[in-house]
Amino acid sequence: MNGFRRTGLGLAIALGGLAAAAPFLPQWALFLVVISLAKGLAALGLLLLMRTGLVSFGQGLYFATGAYAAGVAANSLGVGDAALMVLGGGAAAALVAALLGLLLARYRAIFFAMLSLAFSMILYGILVKSPALGSTDGFNVSPKTALGVSLSTGPGRYGIYSLAALGAFACALAVDRYLRSYLGRLAPAVRDNELRVEYMGASVRNVVHLNLIIAGALAGVGGAITALAVGHVDPEMAYWTTSGEFVFVAILSGTSSVAAPFAGALVLEALRSFAYEHAPNSWQLVMGAAMLAVILFLPDGLWSVFRRRRRTAT
Amino acid sequence: MSTILAVLVDGVIYASWLFIIAAGLTIVYGVMRILNMAHGSLYALGAYAAASLAGAWLRAGFAPVGSYAMLVAAAVVVGLVVGPLIERGLLRHLYGRDEVVLVLVTYALFLILEDAVKLVWGVESYFITEPYGLLGTVELGPLSYPVYSGALVVAALVVGVALRFGIYGTRYGKLLIAVIHDREVSAALGINVNRVYLVTFALGTTLAALGGALTAPTVSVVPGMGVEVIVLAFAVVVIGGLGSMPGAALGALIVGLVRSAAVHFFPQVELFSIYLVMALVLAFRPRGLFVAAEARKI
Repeated sequence: MNGFRRTGLGLAIALGGLAAAAPFLPQWALFLVVISLAKGLAALGLLLLMRTGLVSFGQGLYFATGAYAAGVAANSLGVGDAALMVLGGGAAAALVAALLGLLLARYRAIFFAMLSLAFSMILYGILVKSPALGSTDGFNVSPKTALGVSLSTGPGRYGIYSLAALGAFACALAVDRYLRSYLGRLAPAVRDNELRVEYMGASVRNVVHLNLIIAGALAGVGGAITALAVGHVDPEMAYWTTSGEFVFVAILSGTSSVAAPFAGALVLEALRSFAYEHAPNSWQLVMGAAMLAVILFLPDGLWSVFRRRRRTAT
Repeated sequence: MSTILAVLVDGVIYASWLFIIAAGLTIVYGVMRILNMAHGSLYALGAYAAASLAGAWLRAGFAPVGSYAMLVAAAVVVGLVVGPLIERGLLRHLYGRDEVVLVLVTYALFLILEDAVKLVWGVESYFITEPYGLLGTVELGPLSYPVYSGALVVAALVVGVALRFGIYGTRYGKLLIAVIHDREVSAALGINVNRVYLVTFALGTTLAALGGALTAPTVSVVPGMGVEVIVLAFAVVVIGGLGSMPGAALGALIVGLVRSAAVHFFPQVELFSIYLVMALVLAFRPRGLFVAAEARKI
């Protein structure tokens, strides 16, 4: 069994697990899983960028773009189905990423991080001062159907949940396929030595640009799913702390597996829900300490623990 | 006419505040190659320390004039305690790692400090308005300004001149320049690079805390006050050029004037005008206005 099939099987099992668990989960847990999957998608995009050697402190830009695009599609364009809104959100974010990528693809290291941060803060500033988009309050988003099933009926309460699970499954599978393709394999090569990649006849800029677009689209899909799950969008989605959270998840998960960002996001959200209740003023401290520990002792992310064990076992 | 005067005065006041903070950020980057995301938290720490110390001073019934000394003392205490603690305890083990890794480390530090502040001072807000009100106001043509804002400008000038003299006019400053240019050769020549790093980080922390301490009387000191400051300081140092001290001054002036012009003429672009300038500078001069492509200086 090759790597792609094995990952596909693993993801299918995870999807089956999510489907099987759904009837037993209370509403808050369903919500938690959906938000984790959405943030996991944004972190999955960061995984792509980190494989290329780039860390973006501005993924909130695409996250917010996706969320607002989904909201605008629902409220102004009359799109009623959640799946279409998610697709629209992803497409809008990909478009923004394609445009900004013309500039961003030229930058590396901290300059890339700073410029992406600046762009996301610009969007934040625009959203805060746009009365048509609700300024600081944002606006409500209420889809009527998900994949044709009405959300107000009994099975409808699983609508967004199923959509998020299917969306995350499809994206993870596609990204895994991409990582194993010719273009996908160029990303680590770009990180290691750009000059060598150019000598081999590949365009470093195109590789970086493509990864930026994919990462943007993934964050956009995640943002749209979040907008649907919360039923509300606000400018905080573009603020740099949101982007920082994605970076946190991506660092925690490492770049070795497409499933890791989702697991990482789930751990983060679960941790946060409990911490909000029991230690509202120290959960960031725990997050920071965990992140430091991972950077210092497990530079490849938490997922690498499993991998190392597997390697020693065989 | 009076509007233009207001834009200029507001801009310079805002720029002074920004310069004090950005100078600390840029000197740490220039010497240690660390883009410190926790700088905003150190700023908040300075504000809290100042509010506590000056508050205690006033409650004890000492002369209110002494509260100004307390503001500065609070910044120095934070710089001398927290700075070395972070440098010795954490950053020292990470020198030589990738710059991006260090950004992530300081981001983790930012998360830790944000909550550490809440754990020490709680989540309620602190007010320490006496130093602000004590100086009264001054008439500038048709406009009336608090004298405290003028004091802030003077403080920024003092910081700027002191840094300039400290770096170019003293023996220690020359050692610093040597370390900036080549860490390994400096070490080989017998400069204690580790101590230079320690002093630099303590200095950077003191400047961040000083920015916070001097702001404390003008605002309510609340959790999360450093979150916005860090991206503002980034904008300033990126515009001027990372690691460049004149760059930080120019960047602060640009950001200050752009913001005050935006506030007066186009309020709807106030929030993002600064980041727009930052993005434009990055697009055309990625290393900032004051840094040549290769050579680094401070």
